Amino acid sequence: MADKTFAEINAKIQAGKAVVVTADELVQLVAEKGVGPAAKEVDVVTTGTFGPMCSSGAYFNFGHSAPRIKFHRVWLNGVPAATGFAAVDAFMGATALPDDDPLNTNHPGDFRYGGGHVIEDFVAGKSVRLKVLGYGTDCYPRRELETTVNLDDLNEAVLFNPRNAYQNYACAVNTGPRTLYTYMGVLKPGLGNAHFSTSGQLSPLLKDPYFRTIGLGTRIFLGGGIGYVVWNGTQHFPAIPALPEGAPPVPSGGTLAVLGDLKQMSPKWLRGTSMLGYGATLTVGIGIPIPILNEEICYYASRPDSELYAPIIDYAEAYPNRKPGNLGQVSYAALKSGAITLDEKEVPTAPVSSYHKAREISAILKQWLLEGKFLLGEPVQLLPGPDAGIKPKSLEIRGSGRRNG
Amino acid sequence: MAPNKIVLRFPASIADKPIIFHLVKDYDLMINILKAHINPHKEGTMVLEVEGVRAEDGLAFLRDQGVGVQPLTEEIVWNEERCTHCGACTAICPTRALYVERPAMLVHFDSEACVVCQLCVRACPMRAMEVRF
Repeated sequence: MADKTFAEINAKIQAGKAVVVTADELVQLVAEKGVGPAAKEVDVVTTGTFGPMCSSGAYFNFGHSAPRIKFHRVWLNGVPAATGFAAVDAFMGATALPDDDPLNTNHPGDFRYGGGHVIEDFVAGKSVRLKVLGYGTDCYPRRELETTVNLDDLNEAVLFNPRNAYQNYACAVNTGPRTLYTYMGVLKPGLGNAHFSTSGQLSPLLKDPYFRTIGLGTRIFLGGGIGYVVWNGTQHFPAIPALPEGAPPVPSGGTLAVLGDLKQMSPKWLRGTSMLGYGATLTVGIGIPIPILNEEICYYASRPDSELYAPIIDYAEAYPNRKPGNLGQVSYAALKSGAITLDEKEVPTAPVSSYHKAREISAILKQWLLEGKFLLGEPVQLLPGPDAGIKPKSLEIRGSGRRNG
Repeated sequence: MAPNKIVLRFPASIADKPIIFHLVKDYDLMINILKAHINPHKEGTMVLEVEGVRAEDGLAFLRDQGVGVQPLTEEIVWNEERCTHCGACTAICPTRALYVERPAMLVHFDSEACVVCQLCVRACPMRAMEVRF
């Protein structure tokens, strides 16, 4: 089969003739017809994921007050936003917490409201309290400001997530003697439960493991609006680890940096999230279209949950202390079944990202493509893949030389 | 007779007395202690499931001892609007009142199976589980 091009597929989308299926549907289709016929038939496969993604945030330009103020410190609904940009720009990170939050002083802390909740309130159209301190300059004389703002008042509001859509993620367990409160949820002692957090066979980057189609300029479903892949995510480690014998190779840790107009987005797909004992974050809805340019792309996009594996990581000891190694690999089919066997013990499993919502996202994106209102963005540059040889770096703690002096 | 969920309130003066055991010994009741708590003022609260022919006599005995007896009106409410069906509550729920329907991966809440332990209320990342009195 001759390779299809982005331009050819876009022409079919515009003509209303493109064949679009969700990744779930492609799994079925390939199981029935085989990869070759499916690759010929299908133009685009849609993926989806809806899970907590801490490396998320939004930047805003608030417009200028009279007299003007240069933002030195900023709070939105009591949550500090980052300054250090131009006068009235600020960035709200998803995990930012109010200065007076009790944190984990009464462990486990509730973290009921943080940066992710501020972003949700903005997209829900709510008024948000803005408090600013300046230090006064000749061009920006005001030193203090308090008002309310909503999304329509702002010049720009842009969701900019430095690391989203993790290709694959740990299955988190707890071998220790006490309950752990983590970003992977509440982990009961003695292998009491196992939590996982990707949508498996619907997960965007598991379906294009070699980054053959996703790159800078890929147009995506982001938070209910249209967004773009703008770079690889931070901690982009797309290498392929060794897996159990007979299992197909699956990369572990590619990530995406994504960006989109917050004003198009919806609180249904951007949700402030509170992880007990850990902190606040943002649950982000992302859907990525994968053009079926050839059979190889179709093959990887059609891999089912039974062929996709997650590493089992112990959050009692290995994870917090950055100790290498894991307790083995487990397929998403097993994880989704409700229980896995570990150490001869049946361990109940539960997801912390919503497969139900991921499926809804893949269906919405499919609809957009079928209606011809969403065209594929052809990357101006693909992202580094498994063969790029990227190795994780860690932070070494070096002595200052003055510790004892 | 179907089990009956009740809330007992023990004043500080009797919080250290053996009372519940009389329900079993004298009234032949099957009891299931769902939750028990003594506050810093030494007042006790207990959520109890009681089953047996002489349940009403047993409760009358508790009232005679100065124990406040009320039906369990505290309940957990699932705010389906807020729920994203992520599933993070399901492995924590001790009675499987919160469970995942497969293969749709939809979260369901069976309020009949709920013992109001409230673990889900704090564990739910979306704050979709609420206590109602």
